[in-house]
Amino acid sequence: MTEYNPAYGGTVTRYVVVESYDVTPADVAIRAYEIAQGVMIKENCFGLVIMGKEEDVNRVITEVRKMDPAHIFVKDRGFPPGDARRCRATLGGARPGFHGIEFEMGILPYISHGLEELDKRDPTTVPAPVQEGTAARLDVYTLKKMIDAQEP
Amino acid sequence: MAKIFIYPATSLILSDMVTRFGHTPLGSAIAIRERVQTPGLESPPLQITPEEPKKGLRWAAVEVPSGVRGRMALYGPMVEECDAAIIINNADLAFGCMGCARTNELLKFMIRQKDMPKLELEYPANEEEGVKFVAAIKKFLNDLGGKP
Repeated sequence: MTEYNPAYGGTVTRYVVVESYDVTPADVAIRAYEIAQGVMIKENCFGLVIMGKEEDVNRVITEVRKMDPAHIFVKDRGFPPGDARRCRATLGGARPGFHGIEFEMGILPYISHGLEELDKRDPTTVPAPVQEGTAARLDVYTLKKMIDAQEP
Repeated sequence: MAKIFIYPATSLILSDMVTRFGHTPLGSAIAIRERVQTPGLESPPLQITPEEPKKGLRWAAVEVPSGVRGRMALYGPMVEECDAAIIINNADLAFGCMGCARTNELLKFMIRQKDMPKLELEYPANEEEGVKFVAAIKKFLNDLGGKP
């Protein structure tokens, strides 16, 4: 058993995921570097990984979010950027956890649309989403009526 | 500012929505960060030590596999700590090995048993469902006292 001393104790790491038609991860990275002030920033294919003291990371995230608020998403990460236990540079293949982000990136356009719509609409006027098992199903009597109606 | 447990615990969408509407999300990253940033004995890759399955005994019986108990050592304290929870049912990304599957079942059971506000949803499949999805989360979080 060897002793373990964390490399970046007392820091937080967050992902910034960019799913925008107007802003690219490179644009967000340039803006983040401008205001970094000691925060570590790593650019990747879907956005950024930002690491530093919590208040500094929050400050950078608040600023970059302003570039496209409905299309920039943020998530916590446990490991610091480039950590050999997680980084694909050392492991090969996609980083564990990337597939989750990849899956949700397919849904992000609907979420962005929802966020933009709710800036114009009151959320209390929007009907609740339909839960699985509660959707109205075609009952057998209606089906029979439809079948009969098609007979000559 | 309430602490909201999110399920799937790695969800980008839920984590973002909860932060965006003024609350604190509790997910896997928080528990992993706590372990990765605590000095001790090296136990790669996640710094999960043989102590974790013992801690997991608080939420799962001794005959439950150690993989489930080890995972519960991460999630159990957060479920106890949270003030509310948001669950996405039938989430494909929560797919995993048998240890993950059983932990997920136990986790959802614990959340449903706890007396606290809960919101259960499905992932949206089109833009209109997206609006309903975001509105439901916004209403739920505003009722807990978040920013409008």
